Amino acid sequence: MKISTEYLDGRLTVYLAGELDHHGARKTVESISEAIDAKLPRDLTLDMSHLGFMDSSGIAVIVRTYRKIREAGGRMYIENPQPQPLKVLDASGIDRMIPIAAKREVTT
Amino acid sequence: MKVTNYIKLEFPSCSSNESFARAAAAGFAAQLDPTLEELGDIKTAVSEAVTNCIVHAYPDSIGKITMRLRIIDGEKLEITIKDRGRGIEDVQQAMLPMYTTGGEERSGMGFTIMESFMDKLKVKSSGSKGTSVTMLRTIKQRKSPL
Ligand SMILES: Nc1ncnc2c1ncn2[C@@H]1O[C@H](COP(=O)(O)OP(=O)(O)OP(=O)(O)O)[C@@H](O)[C@H]1O
Ligand SMILES: [Mg+2]
Repeated sequence: MKISTEYLDGRLTVYLAGELDHHGARKTVESISEAIDAKLPRDLTLDMSHLGFMDSSGIAVIVRTYRKIREAGGRMYIENPQPQPLKVLDASGIDRMIPIAAKREVTT
Repeated sequence: MKVTNYIKLEFPSCSSNESFARAAAAGFAAQLDPTLEELGDIKTAVSEAVTNCIVHAYPDSIGKITMRLRIIDGEKLEITIKDRGRGIEDVQQAMLPMYTTGGEERSGMGFTIMESFMDKLKVKSSGSKGTSVTMLRTIKQRKSPL
């Protein structure tokens, strides 16, 4: 797992890259928590365009992040999930809590 | 029912073996010429079952996990993942969506995902012998474009 973040105008964007499973979950939660504590963002976007795989351990990571952001009164969004992570997100019903924005063209 | 190919792997319950197990399963399944979506489903289901052995069957120790993959009648992939760990007292309850004994690090969605991503899921468990999860998925043979 590679995690990087970007902060702009009250919004923290967390970029997840690699494969998010139980093996990398704890470190992912810690990295996201540290970034939230350092920047105190209002909203958080989880960018999944470079996440090739995710299982239910990732769902727990997302739910914990969501709770932390909600406690501070902010909102959370998920962007650009690839087909496999999207299928797991759909199976979990998480889109009832967190809006998932469909794949947009990545221009890099 | 004819078994045309199989592999059997044994590995310790270290979390670094999660990615190995799903890559191995995907590599074996490749001979059925699955779509990318089918491969993703297989990897996801294997990841769920293996992670359960690591976090639930052997919570405080490293134990043995075995994974057997079989090709049946040239078009079905059967996956069996076994541990000799703690076992599940009430399998029916454990398989309910959102049911977890794992606290905030778990979401209780593992069995639900295995069930919806595979065609069949069978779970057998006993306190002394551990747990065995068998999943079946038919890979539709596509007509060649030629
Ligand atoms: N191999 C196993 N050995 C012992 N108990 C198990 C095993 N697999 C599952 N369980 C029990 O069944 C419950 C449900 O499993 P399931 O995979 O559906 O959810 P989870 O592992 O708790 O959460 P998630 O899979 O979403 O991370 C577990 O919480 C655990 O109590
Ligand atoms: Mg599980």
